[in-house]
This record gives sequence, C-alpha cells and structure tokens, in this order.
Amino acid sequence: MTGKLELDPALVARARELARRAGQPVVDLARSHTTVSVERAVLRLAGVTGADPDGIPWVNRLVDAVVADTGLGHGVAAAVFDALAREGITDVTLLAQKGAAGSVRFTQPTGKAATAARKAARKAVAAGVRQVDRRRAERDRLVKRYGDPKQRPWIYLIVATGDIYEDIPQAQAAARAGADVIAVIRSTGQSLLDYVPEGATREGFAGTYATQENFRLMRAALDESSKELGRYVRLTNYASGLCMPEMATLAGLERLDMMLNDSMYGILFRDINPIRTFVDQRFSRQVHARAGIIINTGEDNYLTTADAVDEAHTVTVSQLLNEYFAHEAGLADWQLGLGHAFEINPDVPESFRLELAHALLARELFPDAPLKWMPPTKHMTGDVFRGNLLDGFFNLVGTMTGQGILLVGMMTEAVVTPWLSDRDIALQNVRYVLGAAGGLHEDFVPAPGGFIQQRANRVLGEALELLERIGDQSLLTAIAEGTFGIMKRPADRGKGLDGVARHEGDYYNPATDILEGQQA
Amino acid sequence: MSVVETGAGAEKKIVRPYGDTTGDGMVQVSFTLPVPHDKRAEGAAVQLANKMGIDPAMLVHAKPIGDGFTFFVVYGRVNHLVDLAAVQVVERDFPLLSAKEVNAVVKQKLRRKLSVVGACIGTDAHTVGIDAILNVKGIAGEKGLEYYRELKVTNLGAQVSVPELVEAARVEKADAVLVSQVVTQRDAHLHNTREMSAAFREAMPAGKRPLLIVGGPRFDETMTDELGVDRIFGRGTTPGEVASYLVHALITSKKARA
Repeated sequence: MTGKLELDPALVARARELARRAGQPVVDLARSHTTVSVERAVLRLAGVTGADPDGIPWVNRLVDAVVADTGLGHGVAAAVFDALAREGITDVTLLAQKGAAGSVRFTQPTGKAATAARKAARKAVAAGVRQVDRRRAERDRLVKRYGDPKQRPWIYLIVATGDIYEDIPQAQAAARAGADVIAVIRSTGQSLLDYVPEGATREGFAGTYATQENFRLMRAALDESSKELGRYVRLTNYASGLCMPEMATLAGLERLDMMLNDSMYGILFRDINPIRTFVDQRFSRQVHARAGIIINTGEDNYLTTADAVDEAHTVTVSQLLNEYFAHEAGLADWQLGLGHAFEINPDVPESFRLELAHALLARELFPDAPLKWMPPTKHMTGDVFRGNLLDGFFNLVGTMTGQGILLVGMMTEAVVTPWLSDRDIALQNVRYVLGAAGGLHEDFVPAPGGFIQQRANRVLGEALELLERIGDQSLLTAIAEGTFGIMKRPADRGKGLDGVARHEGDYYNPATDILEGQQA
Repeated sequence: MSVVETGAGAEKKIVRPYGDTTGDGMVQVSFTLPVPHDKRAEGAAVQLANKMGIDPAMLVHAKPIGDGFTFFVVYGRVNHLVDLAAVQVVERDFPLLSAKEVNAVVKQKLRRKLSVVGACIGTDAHTVGIDAILNVKGIAGEKGLEYYRELKVTNLGAQVSVPELVEAARVEKADAVLVSQVVTQRDAHLHNTREMSAAFREAMPAGKRPLLIVGGPRFDETMTDELGVDRIFGRGTTPGEVASYLVHALITSKKARA
C-alpha cells in the first residue's frame, strides 16, 4: 500500500527527524515532572480502590494528604509505603481513609526506611502491572478464539446515552449490526474533572461517565457479544483530560482495547496546562504500551476549527509528533491509530480528490499504523439526505486508501445524538461501500504527477516548513502562539497547572521504573 | 427584539405541502416503532401516519433494526393546512451592516471600543459556535468579531462557570456577553442560560448590565423573556448579524434591553 504518491524518502526522513527535534524538549520536560494524576495512577496500580462517602476517590484523598505533608515533587509512593510500615497495616485503601481523617502524618523517608518503602511500593505496583499483563494475555486469547473482524477498516461506532445500563444493549445491538469497535463517549465535562468518578453511573451529559465499574460492565457485555458473533468486539474510551494516567491505568486493568489519547488535544481544546498534559500523556502512553491498547489520536479536531484545506499540513505535523511521542513511550506501530478526518467543505471544487490525497498521504507516511479515519462533522448541516451522501463518500475514501479504523459517520451529526435508526442507516451505508468497493484500493493508483500526487506532496512540503519553524523555537512556543487549531495556549496557563511539580532529587515512581523496562 | 406576525392584517394565505402538484399535500416521514417487523407492525405504522394527519398513507419501506425495532418510511397526503397569516417568527428587526459600517458607527457614536465577552458555559465543551462568531476565522467566509477593529473581544472558551463569566464581564467592562450552548441533553442549554441571566441580574443593576445574548442550534428564538436574555440567535447566524445587532441594540437604539 505504499509508493502510490511517489513521496521523496529523504523528505519523509527529514520530517521524522524534525518531529523528534521538536518533541525531544517536551519529553525531557515530561521526564523531569510529575502530576497529581500520575501519582494517583501509581496508587491505583498499587491497589487503592473506592471512594469516600462524597464520591471522592481514595486515591485523591491519599495523594492530597501526602502532598499536604511532603509536597508532590518526591512522588507519593515512598511516603505512602513508609506510612504503611509505621502504622503496621498492609491495606493501602485503609491508609487512605486514615490519611483523609488526619490520623496519619506523612514524611519523605530517608536511609533504610526509604529503601524499605521503595521496595514495598515497587512490590505493590508490580502486582498491579501484572494484572494489566494478565488482561493483555486474556485479550490475545479471546482474539485468537473469536477472531478479528474479517474486513479492514474496522467499523467503529459511538454509543452515548449517559446511562451505562442503556448503553449496554445499544452497544450489543450495534455489534450485531456490524460494529467491530464500540466507543462509549464520555459525559461532557468529564475531561475537566480532576478525579475519576466511581461506580456504575446512569446520568451523564451527552455521554456516559468513564468509571472503572462502567468499563468492567461494558467489557463483560461485549465479551458476550464476541462469543455470540464469533469475532472479538473491541471497546474504546478516553484517556484525555485531567485524569489521563488514571484512565489509561483503569483501561489496562479492565481490558479496554483502544483509548483516545492525543498529545495536544487537552491543551488546545480543553485549555489544560501544556506541561500537565505532556507529563500525563507520557505516563498514559507507557501504560497503553504495556496493556496492548491501541491509541487514537485527535488530529480530526484541528480540522473542525481550522480550514481543512489550508491547514491540512497541521494534521500531518501533529501525526508526526504523536508518532514520535508514542514511540518514545514504548508504543509499537500497530498501536498507533493516528487520526485524520474528512472535513473539507463539500462546496470546494475537487473536494473529494483533495480528501483522497490527504488520506493517502497519511496512509503512506505511516504504513504500519492502523490510522483512524473520522467522518464529516463540520459541514453536516441538518440536511440528512446530503449528509448520508457525504458519509458515503467518506466511507469510499476510507476503503480506497486502506484506513485501519473507520468511525461511522451519522447523517444526523449536528442534529441529535444518534437515534437507533440513524445508526442503522449509517451502518448500512458503510456495509454498502465496503461490500461494493472493499478491494478498490488494489486498483486505485493515482496518475503519476497528477492532481492527487501533487496535492499530497504539497501538504508534505508545507508540513516540513512548519516543522522547520517549530524546530527553531520549540513546541511549547508553537502551541503558545496558536500554531495548531488557532488556539493560543501558553505553558504557564491553563487548567491543572497546580497539580504539576518538578521532580526532587529523590523522586521515586515504581510504575515508571517498571514500565520503562525492568521486569515486573 | 419583537415577535412579528408575518402579514398580520393581510389576507389569509393557506398552503399545503407540495409533492409534485400544487395542493397535493404530500409529505414524507420516517420513524421507528419498538415492535418486531411483521404485518401488524406495518399496520401500526400506517395507523400512526393516519393519526399524524397522513391519509392515505403509503408505507414504502419497513426494515427490522436491532432486536424488536422496525424502521419505516411513509409517504402520503397530509390533511393539515398552514395559514401563513398566523405564522409567528422572529424576523431580523435591525439593519445588516458591513464590518466597515459597524466600525464606523462604534467609532463615531460610542467613541471607544465596544467590549464583547464570549464563552461556552456549564459543562458544554463545544466551542464551535462561539468560535465561529468570535474567532477571526469566522464562518462561511465571513470573518468573526475579532476581525472588527472597533470591537474588543474576549473569548473565554469552553466550560466557563457562570461566576467566572460574570467576573470577566466586570473586568472587561463588557457591553455585551455572548454565550454559546450546543449540548441540549436534559435541556442543559436552557438551565445554563437561565442560571447565567439570573447571575447577571443579581450581580449588576439593570443599567449597568451588559447585553446578554445566547446562541446555539437548538434554541427557540422567541424564548428571550423566559430565559432572561436580550436576544437569542439560532442556527445559521453569521458574525455580521451579531455585530449588526450589537450596534443596533447598544448604540443606534438603546431600548432593546429588557
């Protein structure tokens, strides 16, 4: 599937090198800072569960208590396990309860106490990581037993009722109707909660809260569907917002299969502090790498705020950056659902050929990544008939350019959250296109030097120019100045900044140690 | 704002839907019933169509979708009439100005920059509406309010709390506050708007309050009094319309305040 655009390999290599150069300072930043959510994720791996009577998770209460006594920069693991030893208890959740009640003081241990605390912390976290490993092995077994979808792209469908018990039958019905991947979209606003809600939830706004229990319930339901349908139905949720590391951890513990996880989305679209985002993102990607989870990046979002033709190269740049950050965190190519979207104004002449060029460019730049192909949203108007036609063309580009994951477009986008019938019509549209033209990518070879080749090479050229410019300043400056998606996001502003700290000399994080290579 | 009775006093004009012949009254509807597909389900669909005033109803498509649901498409003649004289809509009651004209009026009559503060409030994270109106980028080739030299725009972005918005309006000495609401689940857009207007009424005396404007695809433009705002803009509104309204309400005719 490569070689259709005659991209210059030297330019492609140069683009990757520039992405590395732009990304490296951000990685250094991520390696030298921690956040409250990273520390809470460590405690979740160490076995802290549940929430207080007000619904505030014990991991939050415990991290807050430790930070109040010792600050954030040492990491909480050593202080927590030191306190456990001093209190003579083994249950970390019980310690969290005591800490919240103010009956335990935390100190940063030194000397022998520090060595002992670190050892105990590492042992507890390793048990959590082993659970993630078991979940991954379980997925491998189930995929072997039931099989992957017969066709590519995999058909990805969103469910979003707000009520997990309503979502379950809808997800199962969608799987029966042909969906290979179910994404449970989150309640609006969850990305800005600095904690992960607990338990099964039945109320949400334009989505369902992501909780460990909701993950478990939906995964169990889709396991039933997988058995019934004879193919492994995958489950997606969101590792984004202020709790990225914890979401990734819970996804690993509950065998979710894909997670939305973009390197810059939270910064640009949720005004989350850039440093907080990059630190959280690196940890969450390390967990995803370990858990065998496929990430979905969010480049489609740039095109909903900026022009899809003028700004096409920002998608390419972001894909290259996401690839760099993902590889650095240990993710393999097969785990990179790099995003892009069909968002060109349909009134633009040759819009379909432009879409083909852009989609093929992504395919050829990232030949071993599954790629996540996102449907039109910006130019969906409420004219559902035209919308259905646009979705058909979107599906056609998806199959002609060999996309790995196809998010099913709804002709009622921008009208209502999808009805049962909307979903059925949309899936019928996908089935028709994949059935009628599923192998068209074999025949589709753009004319040498023709419109599509020229356009793709031009976008690559513009991406290189932008990467050269970023290289000269730094990614954080570029983000501050509004290079991506028009939004300007300075590094000293944004939500969640107060939950970031630079590592002290004795910073200790057993999860990072284990995820970065030493055996669990 | 005023609700205009189109053609009030004029002679009655009755129309019917148009299929391919004047007066044929033909409509097309589609819907799902929570019943498995069989003859009885099709009969139920026709019965529903009849109750909707479609008679005769032609059931042209019936398809089982999922467990125990059937999707229908019905064509038929609707026996309802529409009296154009009785239609109530909000018509634009201010002149549409170009960016240049807006700038000129503000500069000459207000003699300072007109301050606009915009935000998505509540948990709504969909900034597409407020961005289309405020960002330089604009929408459909029309530049947003940031492009207007005589407007000072502060876009607070997504998920802004009402107290934050009130405070920002105070700091920026806002002449107008623009709020965009997309999410409508459980009427969130209406609750949020009421909360916002109440907060401004509480925080500032009537004469000092900025003009309150909400926009979003699912608002009913006639609900301004009920929601306590000065103006509601529905789907398809352009930055130029908003700018023209600001000039009209704040400068050329100051009586638009509730």
